[in-house]
Order: sequence, then structure tokens, then C-alpha cells
Amino acid sequence: MLSHLPILQVILPLLGAPACLILGRGKLAWLFALLVSTLSFCIAATLLYTVYHHGVISYALGGWQAPWGIEYRIDLLNAWLLVIVSGSSTISLLAAQSSISSEIALDKQGLFYVAWLLCLAGLLGILATGDAFNVFVFLEISSLSTYTLISLGPNRQSLWAAFRYLIMGTIGATFILIGIGFMYIMTGTLNMADLAERLPSASESPTVFAAYAFILVGISLKLALFPLHLWLPNAYSQAPSIVTTFLAASATKVALYLLIRFTYTIFPSEFSQFIIPLADIFVALGIVAVFSASIAAIYQEEIKRAIAYSSIAQIGYMVIGLGIGGVLGLQATLIHVFNHALMKATLFMALAGIAVRIGATTLTSMQGLGRKMPWTSFGFVAGGLSLIGVPLTAGFISKWYLVSAAALAGRWPLVFLILLGSLLAIIYIWRVVEALYFKSAADNSPVKEAPLTMLIALWLLILGNVYFGIDTRLPVSISYEAAAALVEGRP
Amino acid sequence: MLSGIYGFLSASFFVLMDAVDVAFTEAAVGSGISPLLMLLTVALVGRNEKHESGKSIPALVLVTITGALLIIGTLSMPEFGSATAPAQTHVGPHYIEKSGSEIGIPNIVTSVLASYRGFDTFGEVAVVFTAGIGVLSLLMLKSSTVQKPVVTSAHKHKVLRIVSKILIPPILLFALYVQFHGDYGPGGGFQAGVIFAAAIILYTMFFGVDIAQQVVSFAVLRVLAAFGVLLYGSVGLVSMLNGGDFLDYSALAENPITGQHIGIIVIELGVGITVAAIMVMIFYCFAGQVNDTGEAGQ
Repeated sequence: MLSHLPILQVILPLLGAPACLILGRGKLAWLFALLVSTLSFCIAATLLYTVYHHGVISYALGGWQAPWGIEYRIDLLNAWLLVIVSGSSTISLLAAQSSISSEIALDKQGLFYVAWLLCLAGLLGILATGDAFNVFVFLEISSLSTYTLISLGPNRQSLWAAFRYLIMGTIGATFILIGIGFMYIMTGTLNMADLAERLPSASESPTVFAAYAFILVGISLKLALFPLHLWLPNAYSQAPSIVTTFLAASATKVALYLLIRFTYTIFPSEFSQFIIPLADIFVALGIVAVFSASIAAIYQEEIKRAIAYSSIAQIGYMVIGLGIGGVLGLQATLIHVFNHALMKATLFMALAGIAVRIGATTLTSMQGLGRKMPWTSFGFVAGGLSLIGVPLTAGFISKWYLVSAAALAGRWPLVFLILLGSLLAIIYIWRVVEALYFKSAADNSPVKEAPLTMLIALWLLILGNVYFGIDTRLPVSISYEAAAALVEGRP
Repeated sequence: MLSGIYGFLSASFFVLMDAVDVAFTEAAVGSGISPLLMLLTVALVGRNEKHESGKSIPALVLVTITGALLIIGTLSMPEFGSATAPAQTHVGPHYIEKSGSEIGIPNIVTSVLASYRGFDTFGEVAVVFTAGIGVLSLLMLKSSTVQKPVVTSAHKHKVLRIVSKILIPPILLFALYVQFHGDYGPGGGFQAGVIFAAAIILYTMFFGVDIAQQVVSFAVLRVLAAFGVLLYGSVGLVSMLNGGDFLDYSALAENPITGQHIGIIVIELGVGITVAAIMVMIFYCFAGQVNDTGEAGQ
């Protein structure tokens, strides 16, 4: 059975979803979804362990060898992301029931979990596959279910947010499909490894250039890379709180994975570096993203929205790491992917807890909550510290690796800009901390602490932030190996 | 109306390009179901667009750039129909030469879709299922409509009743033919599912959602939609338990070719069930909304 793990990873939630639909509504559906998600997290962890010790796993679907059939190919890069995605799904689901029951009508809760499992299956499917068209299929599953999840938000604006995301996301997916189609025309294959082998001979042709351009723009839309980020603040702030927690920790990471996969594994490296100065574009866009989004975050009254803007800024950091390039730059990106998932999940989880109790997450409504909901409020502070990059938190490690990658490449202005970006993060986190602890509430009616399951999930995340800020062996060693393999083009 | 014409036109494009299977789907979905859903939406939201002044020049620029890039992309493409194109020389020949002996059914398209790239097809079924879940979560049918169905005017309308009696049974029969003949000619689960759904939708259009629910109720559709996906997936699981990889139909029976046959027929059935159920379900949801607003309006 162990050899089947790569496929079980994906089909477990994929088959779990229809089973969940038949199973019913409310609590039962929640327990079932949680079970499925936990199992797939265990599978992901086992896969990571196996890949780390024994190397790449390849699985031929339908028993047909690639390139005739579809291949699942797990290397360190996607095993690492599989763990992040399934882990964030499990943690968010743990807290989901309490949060959802206050935000979604009972008869829709069953459907909510079905959509959640489909979304999880879609994201895991994108990660695990070694086939370019299969990526598109699972991208569709994850996108459609994400729109559904967002549209179930508590306000009517969530429909509008979901619709805008649907339009943008569909354009992105179509671009990716056009790109894949062009590549197929020029090479006659859809398998990633096979594409990498056959593309160099055709890399002179404008068709391959167009394919590359379409795929890059399509992925950047999904990634919410500046200036294609406009869908994200609405989508994140209008979605049900717990969905935001899950999506912020996983969806953009998967898009980033696609970006890395297409630039490093599939397209010939000399091609992606010389025809367009991609690395410089990445760095420039990343910096603009960090500054514009951080400044926008400072002026938000709605805190969920502010943290959503902060996500755009953090994506900027990840893309800067990609732009710096080399093993170190890529490693910094991969470490930040993991740490960012941790801290954003913490922040949004704390906000979800607050939303359950007071029904809003605006700055004024949160005044004085530090004394009324000490456990939840501390979660926000811990996540915020990690986001800023204070030592002894996970965020510090990411910043450290990013800054040292930039310094070793001799790009001192970049180092300065990255540090300046962190200062902006201090401002928008401080505004919330000030409201939580140093302002007194308008009314002094007592507010209960967030529900127990949410607190457990929140504190697991806080511990994760601290633990991975001190003991960095796991993310550092894995990301180093993964980055080295990618840069050297080892299979 | 125009989108219906577009659907038929692109279907004939596909026929010209010898992609009969795709043309079939396009004809059923592109000119059948989607214009219908669009009409229903128009019925829901009204037919006039809100006027917004202000022209968007950046949008025009973007569209131009995208179009230019698409044209650049076609510049160095191998010529249409060229036998030396990479798409014809790399993976393709294997399918053409070997699928007869490896899978043993005459329709190579079905071999590729259902077996070589069977996992993609599984994904596509999941996409249809996801779309259904999305619509369902937004436009859930009110379960309070259990009162005795009203006999609508169409029921008294003799012409409609007779026409429906003449049309619906052959459509259903044709759907089943398309479903099970997919191994030999153009067809398969997707097309059959849509055609089957079209018959039920026609019935619903004549007699209303309430009466159609007596034929196929909403709860049954929900279960059927999930069942199709599970059926497909379980074929994969069984082949895993028999010692093959996921969706390796050769492991289903002693003789690999027999196994492939069984596998393909069962998964096509799963596809058909899910597609039909989801299509009807989406239509019910839309039509239910139209009825509600109609009653509210009166």
C-alpha cells in the first residue's frame, strides 16, 4: 500500500467529497472532512519523509508509463508543499465547525465541507502531478471550489467578491491552458519531464515564447502578484473567516509552486533568463508589491482586509527571493512559503475567533478586546510579531535567509528595502495591538473567549511559530535540498 | 440565441478538424444547455444592461496585447494538418499503433480519454461535480415546495404534451446508445449525460419543476451526482486492490484487454450518471429561482 501513497494523497479528499455529500449535513460532515484532511496530512508527512531519505517517487497512473500516461512525481519541492497545504487544511478544519456555525446557514454546511474537500483535492492534485495538462484539470477543481467557498461568506458582498475572483481566476486559468496548448503543439507531449527535454530544441520559436508568456501571466494572476492582485483583498475579506485562514495559508503557495515548477523544471533555464530579464522583473514587482500593499494595509479599517493586503506584500517577498535566484534565493522563498503559511494562519485564525464572538473585525469593534479575550488576542500578537520578523519567531528566520541571500548576491539596496518593508509591517500590526490592549471598549459588556476548538488550533499555530523560530532544522534542511535540486536541474 | 449559433458553428469547426467527439460535446453543451441556462439567467435578472459611461482604454490595450501575443504564437506553428508536426510524431503514433493491442477498442479517442489519460477524465468529472456543488450552494431549492404540484397550463396544452411524448423517449434512447457505443464510435459519458439531461430538462420545461420532481426528485439527483464520481473512483480503487496502479484497468480481469473493456464501460457510466445528474440539478436550481421570483412578482 505504501507505493500507492502519491495517488492516495489526492484521491482521498477527491472521493471524500462526494461521500461527504451523501453523508449529510452539519456536524457529521465536519467530522468526516476533518478525518479525511488529517489522513491526507499523515500521508503527506510520510511522503516527505520517504522522499527526503530515498529520493524522487514516480507513480504511473493507469499503469501507463509517461509520456503516454499521466505520471505523479513527488520530489522534495512538492512534498514540502503537500505538507504545508494539507497541514493548513487540517488545522483550519479543526476550528471550522465553531466558526462556520455562526456564519453559514445549517442547510448549507454540508455543501461547505464538500467544497472544502474538493478544494483540498484540487490543490494537492496540482502539487503532486508531473503532467502539465493534469495541472490544469486540478486547477479547475480548486478554483471552482474556492469561488464556492468564498461566495458562502456572511455578507452579500461576498457574492460580488467571488464573482470578481471568478472572472480573474478564469482568465488566469485560460491563459495557462493556452500556454500548455502551445507547448503541446511544439513538442507533442504534456509530461513535465518530457517537456523539459524537448523544449530546448524549440526554444527559438515565438510559439514557445508566447507559451511562456501566457503561463507566466496566468500563474501571476492566480498568485496575486502585483499588479494582478486586485481580486485578493475582496476575496479574502469577504470569505467566511475560516476559509480565509485556509486559503491564505495554501492557495497562493500553490500558485507560487507552479511558478517555480514552470521556470525551473520545465522551461530551459537559459531561455527564461535571457529572452526577458525575468529575475529583475520579479525583484522589481516584488518590491513594489511589498511597499504598495503594506501602505494600503496601514489605511484599512477592516483588519481582515488589512491582513489580506499584507498577504500581497508577503507574496512580494517570496517573489523577490525567486528573483535573487541561486540556491540561497530559492531557499529563502521556500522557507518563507512555510513560515508565511504559519503566521498568516495564526493571524486569520485569531481574527476568525474574534469574528465568532463579536461578529466583526473592524478596528473600532476590536477595542479593548485584549482584556476580554486574552487568549485569542495574544494569538494575533504572536502572529503579528512573526510577520514583522522578531527574533525567536518563524518570521525572523525567513527574513534572515532572504536578507542574507540578497547580501551574498551583493545587492545592498535590496537588503535595505526588505528591512524597510518590515518597518511598515510594524505599523499596521501595531495599530491593531494598540486597539486591542491600550484602548478601552465603548461598551463594557463581557465577551466570551473564542470556542475551544478554535483556541486549540490557534495555540497549535502559535507554538508552531515559536518552535520553527528556534529549531529551524526541518525547514532549512528540506528547503536547501529542494532548492539545490532545482537549481542544478537534478531529476 | 447567438451563443447557440456559436455553439453549432464551433461544433462544425471541430468536425472539420476531425474531432467528432469534441464536436458532439460542443453541440450538446454549447448549443443546448448553456444558452438555456443563459436564458434562465436573463429571465432572473432582466434583459437590459445598466448603462455605464466611460470607456476603458487600458482594457482595450490589454486585449490588443493579448491578441497580438496569440498571433505571434501561431507564427512558427507547424502547418495545419502537417504530418511531421511534433504533436503527430511523438506521443500520437504510440496511441495509434498500440492502442489496438493494449486496449482493444476501435475508437482511439475513447482509449486515450478513458484509459491512457483516464485520470484527467476523472478530474474533469470532478470539475463538473464541483460546478454542481457551487450552483447548489448558491441557489438551493427550497425544500418547502412539497405541496401538491399545481397542474400547469402546459399540462392541458395538447400540442406540447403530444410533442413531448414523441420527442422524449427517442432522446433518452439515443442517450443510452451514445453512452454504450462510445467504444466504437464517437460518444461516451459526457455526451450521453448531457443528452439524457436534455430530455429531462425538456420535460421540466413543459410541465414545471414540481411535476418533474415527481419523476426525478432532487434528493435522488444529489445522491446520483455523488454516486457517479464514486463509481469512477472505485474502479480505480479496485484496480489498486488487484495489484495494479490507480485506474489500471488491466488488473481488473485475468485478460488485460477484458479488464480494459470492463474498466472503460464502468467509468463511462460513472461519467454519464454524474454529468446527467448535475445538469438536471443545475437546471432545477435555476428554474426554481425563476418560479420563486415569478410568484413574488405577481
